[in-house]
Amino acid sequence: MSAGPQTAQPLADRRALLRGAGGFLATLLAPGVTLYAFGAQGSPSEGPASSKVRWALLIDIGKCPPGCDLCVTACREENGWRDTGRPDIDAQWIRKVKLRDAQSGEHREVPVMCQHCDKPACVDVCPTGASFKRADGIVLVDKHICIGCRFCMMACPYKARSFVHEPLTDQKPWAPRGKGTVEGCTLCVHRLDSARLPACVETCADKGGGAMMFGDLNDPNSDIAKAIAKYPPSQIRSDLGLEPAVRYRNL
Amino acid sequence: MAKLRFRRLDQHSPAFWGVIGLQVFLLALGLGAALYMEEHGHAVTGMSNQIVWGLPHVFAVFLIVAASGALNVASISSVFGRPAYKPYARLSGILAVALLAGGLAVLVLDLGRPERIFVAMTTYNFKSIFAWNIYLYSGFMLIVGAYLFAMMDRRASQSAMLGKTMGWIAFAWRLILTTGTGSIFGFLAAREAYDSAIMAPLFIAASFLYGLAFTVLVLATTGRELGHELMPKEIAEKFRGLLSIFALSLLYFTIVHHLTKLYASGHQGVEVFLLRDGGVYPLVFWLGQIACGTLLPLGLLALARDSVTVRRLLPLVSVLFLLGGLAQLYVIIIGGQAYPLKLFPGMEVSSSFFDGTVASYRPSLPELLLGLGGISLAALLTTLALRLMPFLPELQTARE
Repeated sequence: MSAGPQTAQPLADRRALLRGAGGFLATLLAPGVTLYAFGAQGSPSEGPASSKVRWALLIDIGKCPPGCDLCVTACREENGWRDTGRPDIDAQWIRKVKLRDAQSGEHREVPVMCQHCDKPACVDVCPTGASFKRADGIVLVDKHICIGCRFCMMACPYKARSFVHEPLTDQKPWAPRGKGTVEGCTLCVHRLDSARLPACVETCADKGGGAMMFGDLNDPNSDIAKAIAKYPPSQIRSDLGLEPAVRYRNL
Repeated sequence: MAKLRFRRLDQHSPAFWGVIGLQVFLLALGLGAALYMEEHGHAVTGMSNQIVWGLPHVFAVFLIVAASGALNVASISSVFGRPAYKPYARLSGILAVALLAGGLAVLVLDLGRPERIFVAMTTYNFKSIFAWNIYLYSGFMLIVGAYLFAMMDRRASQSAMLGKTMGWIAFAWRLILTTGTGSIFGFLAAREAYDSAIMAPLFIAASFLYGLAFTVLVLATTGRELGHELMPKEIAEKFRGLLSIFALSLLYFTIVHHLTKLYASGHQGVEVFLLRDGGVYPLVFWLGQIACGTLLPLGLLALARDSVTVRRLLPLVSVLFLLGGLAQLYVIIIGGQAYPLKLFPGMEVSSSFFDGTVASYRPSLPELLLGLGGISLAALLTTLALRLMPFLPELQTARE
């Protein structure tokens, strides 16, 4: 059996069902066992994040129904960002972008969050190194050394980062935020480090269209690596050469 | 040539004290605004997740760009060997330092976490153009300080070689510094309004203009205060020529910048926005930057019949160029962000995060006060320096 990634696609066949059930059982049993479902690398119990892993998302827009915002709601609840009645300054770690093709009139909705680029512009421009990329490819902000210059927000082509404009209360202990600092999708790094799927992926699989597949691009046996090898997906603004870890199908 | 003599600014009229009092008041308001923003967060400003750099950045970049340009006069004297400018070299240096301090103060106080400035000074990401700029700014202060020492110290100033060497180092450094400031925008590949190598020379041209305009204003003000004309007719004529050349250079780079973007189909949207359809931004561009900030002062300089008229017009012209500079940076910094990022070219987009929407921005009072406070800080530092040390020339043609 592959020690590859976890996928959140609907478990259409028996093999996938068994694997999913296995993952669920493992979650109940012990974190150490659950890690197996993710792959052997990048677990806290085995030291720091490993560059042998490259976490990625494959989002099938064909399975992402218009009007559904389960991924957004899940992220909010998980990470504690919320509407304050000031949409211009409210943080949004993930959002649904509505697309309309002016010629065909076709509508689509695309979840957009930090694309966890391999060559992240936000990391390049950050003067203190507060914007950084973990060895496993997750792009984060070190809240202790972020000075709130917002240069990363200027540099990010995906509008993936938010600045905390107001004092905060009721934060989630696992997702610390801070007034005057910049933040964005962490790919639920706290969940990954304890071998759980990102909240958006999990919710999309459980209650939504199962549009999000999560896994390790570096593991050729992982579902995501196989899916990407079979039909190369799209990237947003691939022309910029940032090599995002979030890929899209049917964009 | 007669030996140059310098003096301190040791006479203060009630009006001058009034101006100093006003600057102190504005500086206090600026600091109060910064504290207010620090306490309540940037929610009390007009900035948002769409317009992440607002009016404070306009003022900060304006002052920083002007700072490097203020060194012009010293450079012309020592690097290009024009003795006519030598009497102004000291003033040029101290003004550069004061303007840079004013700009940096605004930049730092607008940070989300200004108290972490020591983090910014001790923890570096060497790939960041911002981090490079921190070195460039501190280096500029040190180099101009050493340059001033070379000019003002009794023994050091005996060495023409030292003065010339420091002049060259300072000149090279200031060009690199403004290249760095322009590249903060030029390196932003994600935003259509920027992403251009021309931002660096455009900012250099702007710095020449703003810096000289500030120099003229200081000379006019202090000259009046001392009852001692600091801009003889021949210098006024030279300043007329230089201001015109600098303004035309800036206009040239501005035209090339916009034409280049206009020519590429993919960038026409942002150009049409900034130049025609973007509401306040085309207005600020055409009326503020081009008409009042470039063509009007250029016309005044061109049409002035004699040197006395030129000298009388120079302060007004300088104020117009500086207002044009603020207008230019407003369009570049705010207008450039107001135009939406293009995540999905060719598609109509919308979202709860204002994708595909022109961002709205209304500058708030705290932002304006913080920006003005930076100018006041520069003015007060200059005045203090002129009071304490002999930066101002005593010209033989003083009383015309």
